[in-house]
Amino acid sequence: METTWFCLVALMLATYVVLDGFDLGAGVAHLLVARTDEERRAVLRSIGPVWDGNEVWLLAAGGTLFFAFPTLYASSFSGFYLPLMIVLWLLILRGISIEFRNHIESPVWQPLWDAVFAGSSALLAIFFGAALGNVVRGVPLDRAGDFFLPLWTDFAAGPESGILDWYTVLVAIAALLTLTVHGALWLALKNEGALEARARTLAGRAWWGVLAAVIAITLVSFRVQPHLRESFAARPWAYAFPLLALAGLAGMKIMNAAGRAMDAFLCSCAFILGMLTSVAAGLYPYVLPSSTDPALALTIYNTAAARYGLEAGLIWFIPGMLLTTAYFIYTYRSFAGKV
Amino acid sequence: MDALTLHRLHFAFTITFHYLFPQLTMGLALLILVLKTMALRTGNEHYHRAARFWAKIFAVNFVMGVVTGIPMEFQFGTNWSRFSKAAGGVIGQTLAMEGVFSFFLESSFLGVFLFGEKRLSPKAHWFAAFLVFFGSWLSGFFIIATDAWMQHPTGYRMGPDGQISLTSFAALFTNPWLFWQYLHNMIGAVVTGSFVMASVGAFYLLSRTHELYGRTFVRVGVVAGTISAFLMAFPTGDGQGKNVAFHQPVTLAAMEGLFQTEDGAPLALLGQPDLEKHRLDNPLIVPNALSFLTYQRWKAEVRGLDSFPKDIWPDNIPLLYYSYHIMVGLGTIFTGVMALAAFALWRGALYQSRGLLWLLMLMLPFPYIATTAGWITAEAGRQPWLIYGIMRTPAGFSPHVSPGNVLFTLIGFMGIYTVLAILFLFLIRREIEEGPEHAGA
Repeated sequence: METTWFCLVALMLATYVVLDGFDLGAGVAHLLVARTDEERRAVLRSIGPVWDGNEVWLLAAGGTLFFAFPTLYASSFSGFYLPLMIVLWLLILRGISIEFRNHIESPVWQPLWDAVFAGSSALLAIFFGAALGNVVRGVPLDRAGDFFLPLWTDFAAGPESGILDWYTVLVAIAALLTLTVHGALWLALKNEGALEARARTLAGRAWWGVLAAVIAITLVSFRVQPHLRESFAARPWAYAFPLLALAGLAGMKIMNAAGRAMDAFLCSCAFILGMLTSVAAGLYPYVLPSSTDPALALTIYNTAAARYGLEAGLIWFIPGMLLTTAYFIYTYRSFAGKV
Repeated sequence: MDALTLHRLHFAFTITFHYLFPQLTMGLALLILVLKTMALRTGNEHYHRAARFWAKIFAVNFVMGVVTGIPMEFQFGTNWSRFSKAAGGVIGQTLAMEGVFSFFLESSFLGVFLFGEKRLSPKAHWFAAFLVFFGSWLSGFFIIATDAWMQHPTGYRMGPDGQISLTSFAALFTNPWLFWQYLHNMIGAVVTGSFVMASVGAFYLLSRTHELYGRTFVRVGVVAGTISAFLMAFPTGDGQGKNVAFHQPVTLAAMEGLFQTEDGAPLALLGQPDLEKHRLDNPLIVPNALSFLTYQRWKAEVRGLDSFPKDIWPDNIPLLYYSYHIMVGLGTIFTGVMALAAFALWRGALYQSRGLLWLLMLMLPFPYIATTAGWITAEAGRQPWLIYGIMRTPAGFSPHVSPGNVLFTLIGFMGIYTVLAILFLFLIRREIEEGPEHAGA
């Protein structure tokens, strides 16, 4: 039962990154690919009807994590107190920048919100990447399963490090580049003309950065978190996840070069999904490793809610997800095509 | 300030600011549906435009509700980690269900409702408005279910380690506290929506712009406001009051300022609770009325604060007492104002009666004050418990987050919310000034 919910929460978080990832990425690419006011409006139209629904995946995944693994939710959210508060402020600024930009016609008003939109999107991509890096590296948990991390200390990726060290910064850069490509591919799919061309070029160039970052992360992650190696050795079938990521990574470059925008975007989705499921499979059954004593780590077993609640949860979760899938298919269908 | 106070202020401030927006969107969602229904039945473009105008006001409020709502879910983990650790298996259920069943529905169909009018048939567009209404009221239901469990926990078991686990999923939704609290809260949202609509309408009539729409807004606002203001008092307010009387009698005593147990307890209309002398200073009372309202017998015994140990008294009795009295006092004034306006409307005199229009316009802030006071009554009344009877508030906050950090982020939220409030008022003012005439499809 714990394993089922581990997979479901991981899948919800991955869905969040794939979906909200493209509108975050569109924000990162916003100032790089859209020059005129008309083009910037087109970028916002490309995400306008869907960004809020995409962000709901964060709330739904958070809520699901809360009830399925309450101890993990409590420990990690209070331990990452300050960065999470900054994430909240960025989410607030980003939300209003998207919705308020077009309320007023003014040479000052719109550029202001364009900058807020791009800046908050980029910072969010970086923060989410750093968060992922922290979950892989582990944190200094105490006997009660609590911790409190400063933003940074010595950058050594050891037990004394803060939230930012060389490893988590590397993951943050990879996340920023990955979402930039992801967002640019979405913009290429939804737009025409100069905007489409610039988005394709940006995706093509930033892809090399993603490639470099992925190689680097793959090499160092096994050293930073030795448990990953044990996991893949114990469950060789889990190599399917990194293979999916690899196929997506190659595919998005080829498809983007061939001008097949939809296929390139789907490959990017597969790449992100493959990377995140690789991490989940590698960490399992850990959900928050300890950077000091491995015995203090949080696992799905010592953080899960009682069995009855988990079983009751499945009864509403499955129909709920079917309904959600139906809404999303309907929304994305009616929003199909260029904007 | 100590960590506990700061954590409490942090949640209190962010939730109070947040709820300024959902109370309007939940109420307006119903009123927009009413306008859409009138448009569908009459085929009159006037009502379509009126609905579009309010949809724009709704959209700005909705964004504010979304961006200030995300911090609420996060704060359970960031600021109240021991509470979340102990009770997450229970309250996480209702919070996760809110995300899965309401937020996805709302966010998907709000876009369809706001941008899809040209593509959809009038009936399909009405249905999109209905789904937005349904999603927002469902969202309210899950949140009230969460709060109802904290006010009156049901269907749980407490383990030896203090871990609270769910034993009955159904009990979360058949909680006797949930029914009246939900209705009282949702009708409260309709009161806010009605007063805002009537107020904007009165403003248009008084300033002699958009007068045709002004009449519609005043009419719909007054009719909905009259019905909802009376439903606020009876049966929902009465039902909620009885919940408190039966499940939190010490809270009732504190709310009413009843220090001594009495047969035939009086109802205090005014007065200040004096915690030194254990009495109400300067009281203005109706003899025996509290006994009657609670037990339908004039001479029934109502337990005063003296019959409860001091360590289960709510920890801020004046705040609770004043909030409760402001809520009830304003609620009574609302029924009076709306009854007067409804009478004038029926006699065909309302649109010319400048005095009444001024009154309606100036009522704008008061439903917000009443709602806020009502929620302070509910939550300050729950003290000193975080989960009534089983977990005290000081046992719930995050031990590893230092007071300085909490003060810092509290000030951060105050700053960012001030900016949001200024932007919000600025944009709403523009929408109201522009008016419904330009609200093309």
